[in-house]
Amino acid sequence: MRPTASSEGKRGKPEWADGLRHLYDSVVNEPLPDSFADLISKLDESGK
Amino acid sequence: MTDSPAPAGSTGEPRNNRPEHQRIAFKRELTGVIPHLRAFARGLCGRPDLADDLVQETLLKAWAAQERFEPGTSMRAWTFVILRNAYLTDMRRNRFRGEYDEGVAERTLTAPAGQEAPLHLGDMHRALMTLPPERREALLLVGAGGFSYEEAAEICQCAVGTIKSRVGRARAALTRMIESGEMPRRTHDGEDSAAHASIMRDLDHVSHGGSLE
Repeated sequence: MRPTASSEGKRGKPEWADGLRHLYDSVVNEPLPDSFADLISKLDESGK
Repeated sequence: MTDSPAPAGSTGEPRNNRPEHQRIAFKRELTGVIPHLRAFARGLCGRPDLADDLVQETLLKAWAAQERFEPGTSMRAWTFVILRNAYLTDMRRNRFRGEYDEGVAERTLTAPAGQEAPLHLGDMHRALMTLPPERREALLLVGAGGFSYEEAAEICQCAVGTIKSRVGRARAALTRMIESGEMPRRTHDGEDSAAHASIMRDLDHVSHGGSLE
């Protein structure tokens, strides 16, 4: 956190709780690299 | 969730004996959880490129083991178990040793424009990586992934009370870090000694036969 930020957000919900969720969501919301589409498209071939 | 999906080899075992429509549905569901697998993997191993390798490995194993997946149950929970097992296996092989890259983590963890987070994502990431691995994964699952304690316990193959304890301790540690102003910071030379030292401790523990339990 930044030195000036308060350590607590809303009562019962510490500041880091939002930060943790934001951290996770920032990855969830990233565009998927093309390598994943390539892999998914090849699954049928690999599974036969 | 069905039985724990024992690590399935990506080759050499029967698979895809399901009807076509079920395979299509499985693939659709599998594709849908990729973003969550990436987020979980990155929280576990700390490095985006290695996390994506881990997710690709997970997708192949899930595809190979698809007959063990029970339609209608949580694909996310099922694949998280596979990812976690793959991560533990890789850790035992020292795959991640010395490869934590603070610079990559920092560049990757930038808040989207217009969404200013009260806590810098890089700081949050470093703080998370200093937690013991079993607490880190519990907090990731419950605090970020939105799993219930029961679901998290199933994924980590431990008791619900154990998960509650781990989450509670992780929360306390993070709160303590913030309140004491001891959030791990990036140092001038780009090294992040606290997070890196923590990961090295995890690696030593697991590579010497320990587990994340």
